[in-house]
Amino acid sequence: MSEANQAALAAAIITPKKRRRPIRGADVLDHAVLIIGSLLMLVPLIMVFQMTTLPDVEVMKTGPTFEIGNELGPNFDKAMFQASGFSGENTGTNMLKNSFILGIGFAVGKIIIGMMAAYAIVYFRLRFASFAFWIIFTTLLLPLEVRILPSYEVVQKLGMLNTYHGLIVPLIASATATFFFRQYFRSVPEELVEAARIDGAGPVKFFIDILVPLSKTMIAAMFIIMFVFGWNQYLWPTMITTEEDMFTLVRGIKQITQDLEGNNIPEYGRANLLALIAILPPVLVVIFFQSWFVKGLTESDK
Amino acid sequence: MKRAGFATKWLPITLLLPQLIIIAVFFYWPAAHAIHSSLYLQDPFGFGSTFVGAENYSDLAGNSEYRRIAWFTVVFTILVTFFSLAIALLLAVKADKVIRGARSYRTLLMWVYAVAPPVAGFIGLIMFNQSWGPLTRFFQSLGWDFKLGVNYMDTATAMVIVSVWKQIPVNFIFFLSGLQSIPRSVREAALIDNRSASGRFWDVTFPLLAPTAFFLLIINITYSLFETFGVIDTLVKGEPGNNPMTLVYKVYVDGFRGNDMGGSSAQSVVLMVLVLALTVFQFRLVERRIHYT
Repeated sequence: MSEANQAALAAAIITPKKRRRPIRGADVLDHAVLIIGSLLMLVPLIMVFQMTTLPDVEVMKTGPTFEIGNELGPNFDKAMFQASGFSGENTGTNMLKNSFILGIGFAVGKIIIGMMAAYAIVYFRLRFASFAFWIIFTTLLLPLEVRILPSYEVVQKLGMLNTYHGLIVPLIASATATFFFRQYFRSVPEELVEAARIDGAGPVKFFIDILVPLSKTMIAAMFIIMFVFGWNQYLWPTMITTEEDMFTLVRGIKQITQDLEGNNIPEYGRANLLALIAILPPVLVVIFFQSWFVKGLTESDK
Repeated sequence: MKRAGFATKWLPITLLLPQLIIIAVFFYWPAAHAIHSSLYLQDPFGFGSTFVGAENYSDLAGNSEYRRIAWFTVVFTILVTFFSLAIALLLAVKADKVIRGARSYRTLLMWVYAVAPPVAGFIGLIMFNQSWGPLTRFFQSLGWDFKLGVNYMDTATAMVIVSVWKQIPVNFIFFLSGLQSIPRSVREAALIDNRSASGRFWDVTFPLLAPTAFFLLIINITYSLFETFGVIDTLVKGEPGNNPMTLVYKVYVDGFRGNDMGGSSAQSVVLMVLVLALTVFQFRLVERRIHYT
């Protein structure tokens, strides 16, 4: 093969690539931006994790490094089983339990109450249906934060401080789930009710045997969103739980932070591990169920 | 209501009752209570209260500290909203473009959604540690002697950074699903019409994203006002002192710590009006002006 031919061949091989090169350059840039973004999200967590593997003295001197120590086990024991706080009753295990009670209790309560109300509004001929709707949906307008003090006073008057129902029930007093389910029920074809009625199904049977199974995906999406929301509550638990054995992990962050303020050596290992444990369940739920989660979050407007 | 609904009378009432009771007790009662006690001056030791009318409100208006906090809240909200929307939009546009690894990127960019704000604040405390915090060191390398909890501006900067970090995933999720719902035919038509990628983005994609963007604008303002409470409380370690704070944090500090129930309630009512105005704005003005496809 002559040199000229080789050059032509080479050109033929290279040219298509050359033509694609500008796109490739853009591709590289796209990936670079995404990688930097992912790192910005991830690196703080990795640093917090790295610090849990070192003895507190070392962390106090150097902070996060690239070294992985072997203190993870002892730090985990300290975080989960060693009591802390003023009363000495507060362990990580106990806070974890409370967090699960709040997250699951809130999600389940909200879904049940929301579905019931949405069913009543959408499927029944009620004279005051639009009034009930209006009453319920104004709750979307005012977040708990703006009525936090009077809500506290109400809960105090009802003797619900430091109880699980005092923690969970007032949080349910907003209509997000009702709103989602109302939107969803309205998209269910009307022929379904007609068919059910012709078949002789009553309203209870229709609800339990047809509508609930039909809404499975929606219920799952709601559960994930509400679990994360309940688990992550901070202001409300901070106000109504004063007894340390009622603290959730997120509520306990305040106490956990104080471990960093110690007079002697701040308990970095313990504090960082508790923070990681507070992050883990909601993050895992979101990662594993992300398609449901994104669906539930974006398909209705609020 | 569906046309083919049921006509049973007591069942729907029974179904509605739990929700209505909870709302009445834990929503309407407290909200009414807030309005009521904002008109009274309460004795801090609990010995009765005196009707003072709008005095709590005029006190607020004349209070220079309150005005300073309100101003900080406005600046804080603008910064958090702007940066978290801008960064999330950039990431969403890139994630929408790449084919390889799209799912991994989505997972890596959205997991922070599930981190509670106070835990994000805790991570902030670690990142901004005075002696070895990576971000403190970074700012020092730029010649900025960063002191969290000591210097007002530095603490405010940390609050904005942590709040933006926490909020990027929410905006990212919405922007990405907004982008992915743009029909392929529209994209192909745009590709023929306009060769420049940035031109295509601003002329075609961005207007189609506008409904998502306006929705997110309201979501972000609400987030900056209310949900950043946990970030702020953790970063200032529950000791507000001379640190910056937002209006919601002030309600908590005055009412729960300072026992100024009247003043705190008046602040709550001011916030209620603010949120109501935002919502009305969202429903009335904004949605009408945007063309949905």
